[in-house]
Amino acid sequence: MTRHLAAVIGVGQTHHRARRTDVSMAGLCREAVDRALADADLTFDDIDAVVLGKAPDLFEGVMMPELMLADALGATGKPLLRVHTAGSVGGSTANVAASLVHAGEHRRVLAVAFEKQSESNAMWALSIAPPFSLPVGAGAGGYFAPHVRSYLRRSGAPGHVGAVVAVKDRRNGALNPYAHLRQADITLESVRASRMLWDPIRYDETCPSSDGACAVVIGDEPAARGRPAAWIHATVMRTEPTTFAGRDQVNPRAGRDAAAALWRAAGIADPLSEVDVAELYVPFSWFEPMWLENLGFAAEGAGWKLTEAGETALGGRLPVNPSGGVLSSNPIGASGMLRFAEAAMQVMGRAGDHQVDGARRALGHAYGGGSQYFSMWVVGAQRP
Amino acid sequence: MTSSLPPLSAPLDIEFDYTRSLGSTLGRFATGLAQRRVLGARGSDGRVHVPPPEYDPGTGAPLTELVEVGQVGTVVTWAAQPQPLEGQPLRHPFCWAMIRLDGADTPLVHAVDAPRVATGMRVRAHWADTQGNGIRDLAYFVPDDGQGDGQGDGQSGGQGIGQGGGRGDVRTRQAEVVTTVTTPIRLRYRHSASPEESRYLRGLAQGRILGQRCPACDKVYLPPRGACPTDGVPTVDEVELPDRGIVTTFCIVNVPFLGQRITPPYVAAYVLLDGADIAFLHLVLGCPADEVRMGLRVEAAWKPRDQWGTTLENIDHFRPTGEPDAPYETYAGHL
Repeated sequence: MTRHLAAVIGVGQTHHRARRTDVSMAGLCREAVDRALADADLTFDDIDAVVLGKAPDLFEGVMMPELMLADALGATGKPLLRVHTAGSVGGSTANVAASLVHAGEHRRVLAVAFEKQSESNAMWALSIAPPFSLPVGAGAGGYFAPHVRSYLRRSGAPGHVGAVVAVKDRRNGALNPYAHLRQADITLESVRASRMLWDPIRYDETCPSSDGACAVVIGDEPAARGRPAAWIHATVMRTEPTTFAGRDQVNPRAGRDAAAALWRAAGIADPLSEVDVAELYVPFSWFEPMWLENLGFAAEGAGWKLTEAGETALGGRLPVNPSGGVLSSNPIGASGMLRFAEAAMQVMGRAGDHQVDGARRALGHAYGGGSQYFSMWVVGAQRP
Repeated sequence: MTSSLPPLSAPLDIEFDYTRSLGSTLGRFATGLAQRRVLGARGSDGRVHVPPPEYDPGTGAPLTELVEVGQVGTVVTWAAQPQPLEGQPLRHPFCWAMIRLDGADTPLVHAVDAPRVATGMRVRAHWADTQGNGIRDLAYFVPDDGQGDGQGDGQSGGQGIGQGGGRGDVRTRQAEVVTTVTTPIRLRYRHSASPEESRYLRGLAQGRILGQRCPACDKVYLPPRGACPTDGVPTVDEVELPDRGIVTTFCIVNVPFLGQRITPPYVAAYVLLDGADIAFLHLVLGCPADEVRMGLRVEAAWKPRDQWGTTLENIDHFRPTGEPDAPYETYAGHL
């Protein structure tokens, strides 16, 4: 079976903020869509199909938002799909759009993802205790904090490494005009002095709550020819149950399997030396070293050493989250696509002040649920 | 306790007041409603849509030219609502109708205060007493007798009030510009436990902790499962577990949040009972939070028996037993 070439030919995003009360959900999405179409020098008439990604419906209290948003997304008379894989959904949405082009089904597909956290309360939505259960849940932070503690015990990482990640990502965010949090003056001391929310996770090591949207246009080989493009070298998605006996909650198998399949499909033998920049889904700072290990950039227990040595900072061996990452902007449904979009911008040389010099090959990564959904792609400046 | 008992179920009520940011087009529509005026949007093909879509249904272009339409219209089609539900516009039998207001080209859906209506019937807007709630400002429609109803706002439609917002000589009431509306959502579920979980819950009501072993992988699950996540078969062999075990890992919740039922700070810990192969979240009390540690030996502190039900809440919390901590190697595979 022929796998058609596919490339990102346009990227757009909103200015992410705590409250975008100046726009509706439709207006928020449209802001990102208009920028992506302008970036691709296309109009709605050129788009064959639309794929929308959005985190759980309870987050905004809108059932099937794709129907309400069809007009805003220019989807009238076209296929419109909705993807739903919790926090990883932005990445999965880009992958589904890519698959429609890889398959030869469509020539140009618009992928959109959004979240409007100001209209609701995600912490409430994530902490609903069904009957017969114990109301111990405390949002995403309460879910992940015990597993961060397990990572600390297992790896022996020094306690300050989480703060190193927070300082790096927030300072990177200060270079990104779209980022929600832009904290050029943040320091290790200020992070370590911030309030402990879900011990061992501190306030400054936690993602913000954002309104925002992201859109990418994916085209086939003729659509991408002769214009700036980020060629899609490989995509992957994997899933595993939230709980099962013997589950590795720190280094989930679905993530390891996904990464192995991704590197194989992209022809990458040594990710640390062959990938120039990585956008990882890091909503709590310690997930940077955890995912570095899960993805195979470092041996198990050694991810924190790359971070501590500054190798994941701009100018390091593998810059991670030059955009500022989820720690700087977190419109949940869009957060995964923002990772994928930044990877594309990097290899297109369009990342502005947070551009990694000479970026030729980049990873976009997202995870969701209780570390149970994984989606990733590798994009490159050269066609595969 | 027999397996023929039906699965347990209980109500699960979820509610939240969502706050909708309206943006420019819908904000002007809602502001108009607060002034007892109905605005539509002129589409790319010249048709007037009510309510105004933010983007053209055909071309996707932003629609910014708003047009005032009439408050009297014609029923295009309808359906009776003989038994109104909670939250609907009227409490006695009424009709839902597609109503094309005078000056509009597309109909809007709303309620008509009549047990039956007819296609072609003329109806008139009836305004709510309170304003600023978006479409709910327009409470419902009533059959139009051509006399008005004393609310005094019937007027001809078709006046353009484009982006500049000029209102010409249209009579308006002073009202705040409406930029957000609150949308209360109430969901009423009946949550059912699986047969396996029900058996475990009924055991808890007797002070027993009943897990089940997967026949394929021999792992002991608590709660038992309708399908082992690894093998896909129901757990079947019952295993009664002791009410003591270890803390594998934990966090200290310091953050308050909406809907929280336990006052922070509290220790949320994964407790692995002796003989079980999977840990569950519970509370650890009985020592300072900073003395809780991985591998800590704990036992259940049960509530008084007369407070027991079919719930894990029968165990108020877990507390340290004072036994030596479990070596890391014994639980490293449970993290």
